[in-house]
Amino acid sequence: MPSSSLSGKVVIAGIGHTAFGKLPGRSTVSLNVEAIRKALADAGVEKGQVDALFAKAPTSRFEMMYAQKLAEATALQPRIGGIWDHGGASNISMISYAAMAIEAGQCEIAVVALADNPATGSRQAYEKSYGDDDSATYGWFGTPAGYAMIAQRHLQQYGTPNDGLGAIAVACRRHGAANPQAQLRKPLTIEQYRESRMIVEPLRRDDCCLVSDGAAAVVLMSAEHARALNVARPVPILGFGQGQTSWDVALRPDLTTTAAKVSAQAAFRMAALTPADIDVAQIYDCFTIAALMTLEDYGFCAKGQGGHWVQGGRIELGGELPINTSGGLLSETGMPGLQLVLEGVRQMRGDSVNQVVGARRCIVSNQGGVMHTHSTLILGN
Amino acid sequence: MTEDSLKLPAPGLSDLSRPFWQALDGGALSFQRCASCGHAWLPARSECPNCLGDAWSREPASGSATLVSWVVYRHAYHPAFAPRLPYTVAVVRLAEGPQMISNITGDVDAAALRIDQPLRLVVETEDGIAVPRFAPA
Repeated sequence: MPSSSLSGKVVIAGIGHTAFGKLPGRSTVSLNVEAIRKALADAGVEKGQVDALFAKAPTSRFEMMYAQKLAEATALQPRIGGIWDHGGASNISMISYAAMAIEAGQCEIAVVALADNPATGSRQAYEKSYGDDDSATYGWFGTPAGYAMIAQRHLQQYGTPNDGLGAIAVACRRHGAANPQAQLRKPLTIEQYRESRMIVEPLRRDDCCLVSDGAAAVVLMSAEHARALNVARPVPILGFGQGQTSWDVALRPDLTTTAAKVSAQAAFRMAALTPADIDVAQIYDCFTIAALMTLEDYGFCAKGQGGHWVQGGRIELGGELPINTSGGLLSETGMPGLQLVLEGVRQMRGDSVNQVVGARRCIVSNQGGVMHTHSTLILGN
Repeated sequence: MTEDSLKLPAPGLSDLSRPFWQALDGGALSFQRCASCGHAWLPARSECPNCLGDAWSREPASGSATLVSWVVYRHAYHPAFAPRLPYTVAVVRLAEGPQMISNITGDVDAAALRIDQPLRLVVETEDGIAVPRFAPA
């Protein structure tokens, strides 16, 4: 069976999300339920029709059998689903598993959901030491340092200009400033970026994503089913892919090539498209270096050229490839990833606050850990 | 803040990792090598990640290494590191192959560091812990 047989057969029928930022007193289950309620309303689907539920493990605190807690809170009895933990790559991974399950006849209408509350809830998983049990002895703490380690290698290996990282922050902050839903609506100039406080060199405060409470959800079904239910604005899934590096940063044989490459190759192959066919991109930007390397590994520019390629407005609205048109993790919400899929859906529906006029193809990246895992989604209209 | 919280965090010792830290007390950095396929690795594991075999031995490293990458902390994530700011954490590749997290030590300007530059092992004892660090060779 050709790998593209699934292309276009499953749609995202509805999207929903909570407010982003500080949401004190809300559990991740409560946030998930709100996002699911809104996604079902957007799709025009009754809750009773849902027969699959996939949820990402909340990054802020791990809980046993979390998907069952969520199924209980929504009174669902899923035929298939569960909790996924690929870090931030989980969202698109779950969407792809749900699409395959729908096509295989294992379910008909699937909900994929993500919630996290590190801003006002638990930060248990965010500031621990990294790698094995000995890493604290070396002072090897925090997620930013893992990305900084990769960034340093990239800067020297390819002569990547620091302003290349800055250009990504500037683009996301510009787009987020125009988004009324965004947590941080404060534009950033490249001059301000250069003055931004160092956290872990070479990464500055403005290279690092927000810390956010919030949730998002999507409703998936076959294109055929969406027609039968008269779903108002279905967005077809043209391609998806995944890749996993798995080595911890310290052990990784190559710091500057990521699983994004194989993930995108699988997605492009499934969709029978190339980077030249993409009009707008939502690129996981937990740290600027992640977005820069993803753009390289996706083939939008040559490996090592990303730092130059992203400058001069190319990735801003009106440029060749606008990215993160709702602000990304740097400006809309630091929530790990599903919000990027929601913005991809809005672009394909034509109702983004930063709409790319005439956009017909959107690529979305999700990644987890310190570039351990990656997943890619291509949407159409 | 207690006095203990300012001490270097001790490594989490297990039956597998204890020999690594004990060898450092004698000044030696050690790694594991598979008896079946010859693969060399860090950190301590009970099986070879290459061939999955469980027969292996420990070998002392020569102490020669190269610098894969490094970062300079300007923010302390643990109270013990606040008085140590700024400090450098590096990924180093031993001449024998295994890679590890470590620190760059000595009177080194981090801005002068270069990827792939040669390094040499310096075992430094701090708060009773013999820590394997590296300096430019």
